Amino acid sequence: MSTTAPVEVERPAGDEVAEPDVPWIVIVWNDPINLMSYVVYVFEKLFGYSREKATKLMLDVHHKGKAVVSNGGREKCEFDVSRLHAHGLWATMQKDR
Amino acid sequence: MAFSRVKRTRTGDFQVRLPDGERVLLRTLPEQLRDLLTMGDPTTDEALRRLFPAPTADDEAMNAEYERLTRGDLLEERLAALETMERTLGADRITEDELVAWLSAINDLRLVLGVRLDVTEDTTVEDYASLPDDDPTVQMYTVYSYLTFLEDQVVGALATRTA
Repeated sequence: MSTTAPVEVERPAGDEVAEPDVPWIVIVWNDPINLMSYVVYVFEKLFGYSREKATKLMLDVHHKGKAVVSNGGREKCEFDVSRLHAHGLWATMQKDR
Repeated sequence: MAFSRVKRTRTGDFQVRLPDGERVLLRTLPEQLRDLLTMGDPTTDEALRRLFPAPTADDEAMNAEYERLTRGDLLEERLAALETMERTLGADRITEDELVAWLSAINDLRLVLGVRLDVTEDTTVEDYASLPDDDPTVQMYTVYSYLTFLEDQVVGALATRTA
């Protein structure tokens, strides 16, 4: 993150009346093909997670069948899902209710 | 099988040591995946559906929009990785970007073979013991097992840091 760029404090007019930015979550589902070591590698690479956090998420996917790996606005989650798909992981997104 | 196939060097690239037989096998694979990616029917082919999953469980409109926006890029990425792997398969030394492309291609190949074989987490070579060695399913599983071995080596090599 840049420390020299001006910080944007004012939102563009009209932003407030748009539909509220409902948070979304990105879920990775267990599958019998992807290697555990590979899934850890992908979580570290895509999300910058530590080895410990990536391993914990991978184990959640493996043992519980799924894990929430990221969250945020719809566009961010769509991006995360597409990166996971590019890496062959089975990922979906849904509204966080 | 015991020695490591891929090793990070001091300069940050990777030394590749593949027996000739393995290189010959690997050379046969990218074209098959390319044919599937470019000519397969995404509406009926299970393996293609696995490579290009829908982003939501039940939002048809969103799934259609996502496919329209991402399918082309995801396909291009996969084809580019295949091309890189093919181009560098004979090399003894490759860059990290090239090895990452290998990993992408190898993982895609495993996904396709795994779907075709309908593997589960409990599948082992014993499941194919009753079939003759030249059965196509046995040969497919042999390739799948080899790619599992190789992918684990590649991931292990990428996980090491430059000394």
